Amino acid sequence: MKSLNDITGSVKKNLIWKSIFRRDYRNTVRDRAQAVFGNVFLHLHPVQVRESAVKLRFTWGMGGITFFAFIILVITGVVLMFYYHPSIDQAYTDIKDLEFQVPFGVILRNLHRWGAHFMVIVVMIHMFRVFMTGSYKAPRQFNWGIGVILLVMTFLLSFTGYLTPWDQLGFWAITVGTNMGAATPLLGYQGPFSEYLHITPYNDVRFALLGGAQVGGNALLRSYIWHCVAIPLFATILMFVHFWRVRKDGGISKPQK
Amino acid sequence: MNPFIEIITQPDNIAIVIMVFMVTFFMVWAFQQAFQNDRLLAAGLPVDGENDRFVDTFKPLVRIELIIAIVVMVGLTIWSIAVDAPLEEIANPTITPNPAKAPWYFLGLQELLVYFDPWLAGVVLPSLIVVGLLAIPYIDINPKGNGYYTFSERKYAVIIFSFGFFVLWLLLIVIGVFFRGPGWLWYWPWQEWDHSRVVFEPTRDLTALIGIDSRSLPGFIIGALVVGSYMVGGMIAPYRYWKKNNPELLTQLGMVRYVTIVFLFITMMAIPIKMVLRLVFLIKYVWITPWFSV
Repeated sequence: MKSLNDITGSVKKNLIWKSIFRRDYRNTVRDRAQAVFGNVFLHLHPVQVRESAVKLRFTWGMGGITFFAFIILVITGVVLMFYYHPSIDQAYTDIKDLEFQVPFGVILRNLHRWGAHFMVIVVMIHMFRVFMTGSYKAPRQFNWGIGVILLVMTFLLSFTGYLTPWDQLGFWAITVGTNMGAATPLLGYQGPFSEYLHITPYNDVRFALLGGAQVGGNALLRSYIWHCVAIPLFATILMFVHFWRVRKDGGISKPQK
Repeated sequence: MNPFIEIITQPDNIAIVIMVFMVTFFMVWAFQQAFQNDRLLAAGLPVDGENDRFVDTFKPLVRIELIIAIVVMVGLTIWSIAVDAPLEEIANPTITPNPAKAPWYFLGLQELLVYFDPWLAGVVLPSLIVVGLLAIPYIDINPKGNGYYTFSERKYAVIIFSFGFFVLWLLLIVIGVFFRGPGWLWYWPWQEWDHSRVVFEPTRDLTALIGIDSRSLPGFIIGALVVGSYMVGGMIAPYRYWKKNNPELLTQLGMVRYVTIVFLFITMMAIPIKMVLRLVFLIKYVWITPWFSV
């Protein structure tokens, strides 16, 4: 009868195991460091962090929770894409299919929707925390700016996702929202001074957003592409910069007096 | 069912209820830590985190990240099992729901439509919010309060930001979600939504108070004077105050910073001012021009 240690020992000697985990973990200073910088996912972190980063009361973990919510949304979003056509003939019935045909379709959609609401909430609380600890002050001014753009990206991601089910809620929310575009000074047909630029409902900001003079098939396609490809791509790049700058600006902010 | 219970238990509105609880909780926590640090600062003691040691990332930090991730995942899963995302009737351009509400996080801006024309409420003010947020690190030259919660060392910054965040952003969202019904009319939680309700509220323009037609030339000039003197006076008043009481601050700020700060501040304060004018004095416009109205 082999003991558990014998079994794990033989597994760890296995060629495949060794190819994945390049060295044994022995809980030495060196191995604890190696665990962080030898791992592509963990090497975002420094090898050592200040105690504040571990205590919840300082950061509330809000930035990390926002990122985690984003990951959940990417995963559920990709799965949802398998079941969805961005056309006005099919979009609504695809959502109905999720409800009645697709295994776990309801919970998949629920996770995506509640995850989206949750991300909007926590990203705002993250901003509040960073403000209250004065963490936007030197040398972190630039990273605050990246964060503000990421906040806007979060709103836009949620907003563009609103139309995708092609139901009354999304349709009219997007109608109300994009009508604001028509009021843009100079560039919206109802906005101040637009008549001097010969702006009409067919060449203004709203037209560019919707791909038409009203919410229709083009608007659905556009919001879908913005929602699933363009904004996530842009937001991901900004997240790289955001996390990178957290490190480069000295990690979680510490009291400077 | 009680109309209020009905509204707060609508699937999408549960998120706003959760937001209200979370924001309140973290607001209290932030200010509690700020006041605690203020007491330490007053006693000349190091603030929370000042004497931090370093700890290994692996495992203390990785462990807590994993725990938070699991808690969030479990929470979201329970939420998703308990509440189903709504799906209304298929989109129909010929049937306009009443009220037609924007997504909840934009309801503060939609609420502003009661007080401002769309070009201001929907375009200029939101853009200025983003610009103002981006500008914060560059216009706040107070070196204190960097990296720890404090109130006493940065009173003005905290008060102004909190007013913008909690009142102008979050409170207006809550009003838009819970207190606005058909026709964007105000409904108290105990009132039933009534689709046939009409409120006849004759609004007037500011110059009508003194009997001058706001669309006439004198009305235009008076309106321009009121708006202009608010902007110019708002620009000059803090300068004169600081010149007398704190000239050093003005030198440190410099011209560009001063103008940016004061412009953003008086623009922000124009929102509650216009709300009072509209709600208390039933004033629709202060100044009407052929191109736009304020």
